[in-house]
Amino acid sequence: MAEYLFLVPLFPLIGFLINGLLIGRLPKPLITLIGCGSVGLSLLLSCSLFFELKALAPEARQITQTLFTWISVGQSPDQFHVSIGYLLDPLSAVMILVVTGVGFLIHIYSIGYMAHDNGYGRYFAYMNLFTFAMLTLVLADNFLFLFVGWEGVGLCSYLLIGFWYEKKSASDAGKKAFIVNRIGDFGFLVGIFIIFWSVKSLDFMTVAARAPEVFVFGGSLVTAACLMLFLGATGKSAQLPLYIWLPDAMEGPTPVSALIHAATMVTAGVYLLARTNALFIMAPDALMVVAIIGALTALFAATIGLAQNDIKRVLAYSTVSQLGYMFLACGVAAFTAGIFHLMIHAFFKALLFLGAGSVIHAMSNEQDMRNMGGLKKYLPITFSTMFVATLTITGIPLFAGFFSKDEILWKAFSSGTNGAWYFWLIGFVTAGLTAFYMFRLVYLTFYGKERMDSKTKSHIHESPRTMTVPLMALAVLSAIGGFIGMPHIFGVTNYFEEWLSPVMSGPAHDMAEHALASGGHSATMEWLLMAASVVLVLVSIWMAYYFYRKNTQASTSLAEKFLGIKTTLENKYYVDEFYGAVVIRPVIYFSLFLWKFVDVILIDGTLNGLAKLWRDVSDALRYSQSGQLRSYATIFTVGVVLLIAWIVFGINHG
Amino acid sequence: MDNVLLTLVTFFPILGVILLLFVPNKQHDTIKGVSLIIAFITLLISILIYAAFDPLASGMQFEVNEPWVTSLGINYHLGIDGISLLLIALTTVLTILCVLASWRSIKHGVKGFYISLLMLTTGMIGVFCSLDLFLFYVFWEVMLIPMYFIIGVWGGPRRMYAAIKFVLFTMFGSLLMLVALLYIYFQYQAFSGEFTFDLMKIIAAPPLSFQEQLWLFGAFGLAFAIKVPLFPFHTWLPDAHVQAPTVGSVLLAGVLLKMGTYGFLRICIPVFPDATVAYLPYICILALIAIIYGALVSMVQRDIKSLVAFSSVSHMGFVMLGMFTLNLQGVEGSVLQMLNHGISTGALFLIVGMIYERRHTRMIEDFGGLAKVMPVFATFFMIFTLSSIGLPLTNGFVGEFLILLGAYKLNPVYAIVAASGVILAACYMLWMYQRVVFGKVTNPENQKLTDLTGRERLVLIPLVLLVFWIGVYPMPFLDRIEPAVKQTLTYVEAAQVVQNSNEFQPVETVALEPLTADDETEKQMDDHR
Repeated sequence: MAEYLFLVPLFPLIGFLINGLLIGRLPKPLITLIGCGSVGLSLLLSCSLFFELKALAPEARQITQTLFTWISVGQSPDQFHVSIGYLLDPLSAVMILVVTGVGFLIHIYSIGYMAHDNGYGRYFAYMNLFTFAMLTLVLADNFLFLFVGWEGVGLCSYLLIGFWYEKKSASDAGKKAFIVNRIGDFGFLVGIFIIFWSVKSLDFMTVAARAPEVFVFGGSLVTAACLMLFLGATGKSAQLPLYIWLPDAMEGPTPVSALIHAATMVTAGVYLLARTNALFIMAPDALMVVAIIGALTALFAATIGLAQNDIKRVLAYSTVSQLGYMFLACGVAAFTAGIFHLMIHAFFKALLFLGAGSVIHAMSNEQDMRNMGGLKKYLPITFSTMFVATLTITGIPLFAGFFSKDEILWKAFSSGTNGAWYFWLIGFVTAGLTAFYMFRLVYLTFYGKERMDSKTKSHIHESPRTMTVPLMALAVLSAIGGFIGMPHIFGVTNYFEEWLSPVMSGPAHDMAEHALASGGHSATMEWLLMAASVVLVLVSIWMAYYFYRKNTQASTSLAEKFLGIKTTLENKYYVDEFYGAVVIRPVIYFSLFLWKFVDVILIDGTLNGLAKLWRDVSDALRYSQSGQLRSYATIFTVGVVLLIAWIVFGINHG
Repeated sequence: MDNVLLTLVTFFPILGVILLLFVPNKQHDTIKGVSLIIAFITLLISILIYAAFDPLASGMQFEVNEPWVTSLGINYHLGIDGISLLLIALTTVLTILCVLASWRSIKHGVKGFYISLLMLTTGMIGVFCSLDLFLFYVFWEVMLIPMYFIIGVWGGPRRMYAAIKFVLFTMFGSLLMLVALLYIYFQYQAFSGEFTFDLMKIIAAPPLSFQEQLWLFGAFGLAFAIKVPLFPFHTWLPDAHVQAPTVGSVLLAGVLLKMGTYGFLRICIPVFPDATVAYLPYICILALIAIIYGALVSMVQRDIKSLVAFSSVSHMGFVMLGMFTLNLQGVEGSVLQMLNHGISTGALFLIVGMIYERRHTRMIEDFGGLAKVMPVFATFFMIFTLSSIGLPLTNGFVGEFLILLGAYKLNPVYAIVAASGVILAACYMLWMYQRVVFGKVTNPENQKLTDLTGRERLVLIPLVLLVFWIGVYPMPFLDRIEPAVKQTLTYVEAAQVVQNSNEFQPVETVALEPLTADDETEKQMDDHR
């Protein structure tokens, strides 16, 4: 099977080409078959490849396939050589299962959700293109090919956010996403340059193997490379200060938000860090920056999530916050915990978005939770599946999210690399906020008074099968997915950690272990912290219950009391306004200055002025050619006099 | 057979000119038909050359060297390496597309227009084939005349201003070049006793003194820099582009600008190696200014065509930066980017021409919502937009990446500044695209626009194929560029060693142990630490 590895990304590409080139010419069922079938085939192939990989001995779990040389310049030792090549190892195996698995469910869901849209064919073409790019990203065996997927998913994100291009807000959001991502990509590119000129290779395995020889542990070069790669990650994974595009990305169709802006693309940054863990482990300072940014983003986004009224925006900020958790994990060198949370988050956040989509579908495209309420009885499947997702994101024990989040909190506290009580504390507080805003969402949407108008109300209906079946499948995964990665104190094997361990080791890791003493912490402490977070979550849920279910007046009066904070949060700390005033407008005005003044007046004006001067001089000289004998005679006489004078006095002086 | 191919490809269009002279003015279809056939055969010849070209050989191929004006030592010396090969192919491809693209848009003076177009083709191909400096200079000047007419007769409302400005700028540079050329001619005679303009002989001769090189590089360099155009000599370009008819813009951006960069590569670097190294930082800095400046000014343009024109300033800045990295990665990227810019920007000008023909305006604000009424147009436009901003798997990425990679080796700061131009490119292109293509159709005149015709699609499809070919599988191109670039770099390597040794190490060790690229990188790494 290994020789068919390249087919995993190729199937969706073929789907894209067929649906894209024959746009408007295929009947709808055929579009559906191609769009979903191609991803389905990738899913089947991914599963069989996974089992094939699993059958190998742990240290031998690396399947590579090189198709052809992409770019090659020069000769060894300075040769720049990059192939179109794939690498299947435990890490990419997890990723392709998540991408094709969740992706397939979302494709199925889209059949129902997009059924009445005019751009049905275009939608599936874009979705397939995205799947292709995302699979390229996770399967690439070198930095540059990964970058192809990286920018490819960015393009698809741009196209799908702006899918309803007639809406200005949608095309604005798409453009914003692309440009902000480009800022990150700039960092990624610079990172690639540093790595190439140091290691003389961009191949992941070569770089990992040679990193300890080439770089000094904690040296400035490896730190710079890692920080640049991380800049790329902050763009793609919406971290401070580049997170601003993700909330706006909710302009796209909801399944797009689920697939791209929750489950897969936005986690690419976390994947990048895990993929290059051999470099990051050698740069503790860079990891410290990752941890700080991750922790701050988790907290910051969660506070904004408290005050949003648009159901999708709550989830968007929640995604930013959860991604912050994953980066916090990476920052304390707990890459496995980061990837584990990535996977579980893909399940529950895709489910939450698809559930929200189902709600929006039922509510005739209403997204404001203030106009919802009491939907529980109308949408039983949507409600129950979303409730499962809510339980898992808040970290109710034994639900999947409990294990993945708890792992991160514990590592943030105890890790030998950068682990500290303050990171734990930020994660802990964020967990409380998460529980509050998620239950606020559930209470506002599904419980209480029905606040919609009668017309909308008469249309409310549970979504069709194509939409509810994916919800149920994801609910199952969100509920039980965590059992493969239970903590050691439960006295069971952590299968997930074991599976990824070949990727998270190597010469660089040995070097890091040598340099850093790991902190010794007791199991008691772990139990204690776990209990603390469970208590906090329960208290937070009770608070949400109190304010948004039991005593809704209380929330209003509370909001009035802290009006300043509420407005600030509702306006997302005015960050967009800040960027507008500090970055965008000055650049535009500066550009206008360059054009109108420097280009037109200064440079061109000078040259035109020179030309004019030339003409004026010629004009002046023209008068000498008057054609009058008298003036010629005069000039001639003056000339002769001057010449004689010069000869006479010149010689005298000489 | 081999040695007539270059003569054939260069002068075949002239055959067309002669044929057209016998066609009556009124028979537009015959005129267009003849031009199309001539352009097509020229394209076939260039494909033949491409196929017969040996990618592994270094040095010139298909050489012809016949005495022309013996008393002055002027030879008819033609020959190509991989760099000229690709530029010739680009020229012939764009020429035939231009013939097709102007099928409907040129309504008066049809015969004169196609005669100019074919003459221009000969001039352009001739520049890329010439190995005799006198011949080079003749072709260089020859192609000025048809371009002057194309802009001045078939251009927009301010066409005369633009045409004269274009000619004056170019002439100013080429006169300096002529003076420098003659100086070299007499110097070579003083050295060898032989009068010659032969570029290969001049390169092989011992280099001129440093002082002489500085002046001569300055003269040639100015002529080429105006053509590129390098900031601050670019102000003729937006005027010329905005006023020129579509075809004029396509060939101007696609091929004529490349003559500047080609001149640097073919003449300045090999003949004045020491001056090249001495001027290097200044040229790189001008290139960086061009990248950022061109991008920023593009952002605030209201006319789509002048936006694309200023974006050319930015892109050609990349080409210049890559060339003066003087390492394989950078220079190969630079050559590839010449090709890419010809394809992408040429295509963008064609695209602009297509909506201009429909609406007779190029103002961004007059459009909006075209995706609804012209979906096929919108798709093509998107592809070339992405190619222009260098999305991976399109042609633009490979070139830009190699340039930046090379620039990083030369000086990380250069690479970082230039890479920020990549961000700006996304800003101005996507913003323009959004305003033209997305949104609702607000202007009723846009409501009844028709989508691209079969002929228009036929013009764009070859360019789309090239965009993805170079993006996905650039090796056939890089393979042909590499020997030529290596050859060019050998000329400056000695100069670089001297330059580096002055800065970094005592002169004695140089002769024994030339500084290799490895050492340089290590030095950089040390700097980082």
